[in-house]
Amino acid sequence: MTTDPHGDAPAVPLLAVRAIEKSFPGVRALSGVSFDAARGEVHALLGENGAGKSTLIKIVSGVFPPDRGEVLVNGKQVDLARPDDARRAGIATIYQELLLFPELTVAENIFMGHAPRAGLGRIDWRAMHEKTNALLASLEIHDLQADRVVGSLSVGNRQRVEILRALSQDARILIMDEPTAALTEYDVTRLFDIVRRLKARGVAVIYISHRLDEIFAIADRVTVLRDGTHVATKRVIDTDAAELVQLMVGRRIESLFPKMTVPIGQPVLEVKDLERRPLTKNVSFTVRAGEIVGLSGLVGSGRSELAQTIFGVTPADNGEIRISGQQVNIRSPAQARSLGIAYVPEDRGTQGLVRPMTVRENFSLAALGKVAFGGFIDRGAERKLAGDGIKRFAVKTSSLEQIVGKLSGGNQQKIVLGKWLANEPKLLILDEPTRGIDVGAKAEIHRLMGELAAQGLAILMISSELPEVLGMSDRVLVMREGRIVAEFSREEATQQSIGAAMMGSHENAEKAA
Amino acid sequence: MTAVTLASAEVSPRRWLKALASQEALLAIAVIGLAIAVGLYNPRFLAARNLSDVLLGNAYIAVAAVGMSMVIISGNIDISVGALIGVLATISGTLAVNGAPIVVAWLAALVAGIAVMALQGAIIAYLRIPAIVVTLGMLSILKGGLISVTGGKWITDLPDSFHLADIELFGELPFPVFLMILVTILAALWMRYSASGRAIYAVGGNAEAARLCGISQPRTIVMVFALHGLFAGAAALLYATQLRVIQSTVPPNLELTIITASVVGGVSILGGAGTVVGSTLAAVLIAEIASALVFIDISPYWIRAVQGVLILVTVIADILRRRRMAGA
Repeated sequence: MTTDPHGDAPAVPLLAVRAIEKSFPGVRALSGVSFDAARGEVHALLGENGAGKSTLIKIVSGVFPPDRGEVLVNGKQVDLARPDDARRAGIATIYQELLLFPELTVAENIFMGHAPRAGLGRIDWRAMHEKTNALLASLEIHDLQADRVVGSLSVGNRQRVEILRALSQDARILIMDEPTAALTEYDVTRLFDIVRRLKARGVAVIYISHRLDEIFAIADRVTVLRDGTHVATKRVIDTDAAELVQLMVGRRIESLFPKMTVPIGQPVLEVKDLERRPLTKNVSFTVRAGEIVGLSGLVGSGRSELAQTIFGVTPADNGEIRISGQQVNIRSPAQARSLGIAYVPEDRGTQGLVRPMTVRENFSLAALGKVAFGGFIDRGAERKLAGDGIKRFAVKTSSLEQIVGKLSGGNQQKIVLGKWLANEPKLLILDEPTRGIDVGAKAEIHRLMGELAAQGLAILMISSELPEVLGMSDRVLVMREGRIVAEFSREEATQQSIGAAMMGSHENAEKAA
Repeated sequence: MTAVTLASAEVSPRRWLKALASQEALLAIAVIGLAIAVGLYNPRFLAARNLSDVLLGNAYIAVAAVGMSMVIISGNIDISVGALIGVLATISGTLAVNGAPIVVAWLAALVAGIAVMALQGAIIAYLRIPAIVVTLGMLSILKGGLISVTGGKWITDLPDSFHLADIELFGELPFPVFLMILVTILAALWMRYSASGRAIYAVGGNAEAARLCGISQPRTIVMVFALHGLFAGAAALLYATQLRVIQSTVPPNLELTIITASVVGGVSILGGAGTVVGSTLAAVLIAEIASALVFIDISPYWIRAVQGVLILVTVIADILRRRRMAGA
């Protein structure tokens, strides 16, 4: 952790967090992060996925308490045990997925939980409408009526309702989590206009965004987090995009990734002009036998959607897929499976495993055809299949009859992998293969990937961890907004070049596209 | 991977598994223990005649509960089954009285059962409407339709050969009890050893993961409901033939008794876990308790309250088990 002398703040900041630490089972989310925001300041928080931004804002919003460290508002320590405590301390958070009641009106949404009251506890509807109109007028919003039903509003207007809701509770600290992720260009302009007004009123805005150009447009200071630590706080005028990318991706000491050099064979997967609106646009690439192709990009760039389109979960609208040179038209996961494609989804819990089932049953689930004869499962064959898988993947389990929900994340992930490999696929698509698992299991998964590639499997690996992408990939593709915007060979790929293409910061992405 | 996580991962699931495996054992112990306890209080309870009556009169509930268990394991529910059993019994009886060959009368109940349930399954699976809504609608249609068509008239003068329940096998074993045991064993084997049975658990345990494994969720659900309809048809035949008359009404709260048997039998109300052996044992236990109440001079009306307690206890135990699993 470095403290940057240029990130100077006024004597008593409106919000200050000091030496926050937070761990979740198996993961250290934040270690000693400090951060502050002054009255009338827009302070941007920047970091890769998993850097700890969300954890930090959840602590400040009272979603969960820190293990260590303190939060100060106006110089006074506050205890934020519940979201309500944060609200009372004047902190409001606008999450990416807006938390509104679609069937209720603008005014009802703004005053949900703190509606003005008339006698006998009745809601004072007139006062509520007047206050709503006053709030609308104060931000010069003229295209929003107090009695409109929120469900009928555009995303931009819904966000404005959330902002008004925060203001109605006298929020002095406003946290915005990727507020522009779903906005149109016009709405972004309007949002900036509102943020500037809030700033002028002395509200401190904590602004989380992946878009560097926005940070330069709206923020005063920027704090970069990486792997749960504070990397730097800079005044925006003192820095530039290249430096921020560098700070964000940085250099990390990680275990070595053993990608062996193996002969690259024939193309296994060829994708041409693949389209599936809204998140797969005109995508073309090739993966060859023995090759590991890394697919980089920010969350929401369309990587998982691309994988699911290839796997037939959301079949393509347009374009061509060839498997081992044969043109195919994949309409369902069952069909993809029979073509020799395996897909290890991002979310083990909801997509990868049937948690109440045993290790044995999960192992054979994608390969029931191989152990069932005449519709009946051959228990012996099934046990052998699962037993071999456990050995091959070094799964630590007490027995084949263990319920998988009880295994550690790393072991669960090995079972998801093993389950698919029981089918002997030609192409393996891995979506965040090592997210949320410990270092030892990670190294093991990487070793397995290397071995599988050496055996001639073609692997497409989606990963948000740049060191993993750099360590494992023969080639790296970068996606942004549904398109592949850059391709790097193993030699060309660096954290900076990939990071820049991911963020769409001007230099590199323009060139590559 | 630390030694600590390994150790805890190895010990507690075994305990968990044991607890799960013992749901059936627990029920079997309860069935026998209760018989002994009540027998000590009132030896007449243990008379062969009484025990046989208990089984004979309730076998149809156990048979229907086998299908219900499959439906719940697949992540669905069916509250129309009681009404359907009433309708199927009436159809079969009407055919028999009107001179249709007895086999046709029997088959009609099975075929109509499959048809109605498969239709419901298709609506649930392909139109993605929650099972509780679809089967609630069907419940009303069947109940209302039955009373309107029959005018509530009882069917009497059934031919003797219609009475399946009168058949005794091996001299002693009444047919309904035989069918209950046979259906339970066949269904248990099928759930355990067939690929389709496995698909039911997978769809109920995690529909998304099952889909990515190439298991068709809609097809599995239609299959489950069709089977459930077959068992409902068999249950209807046992129900229709145990008395000399068919009442042309729906047995009150029958669907609740059937669901109770499944849930108390250890079938997880959230889907994905449970066995049909458990549900049959639970059906027997519930029937036994109802009979026992009479013998220990407690109003038989308490049986519903007892069922309620059993349900709550089992469901709470199931939820606690899942919490522990999710906390891993």
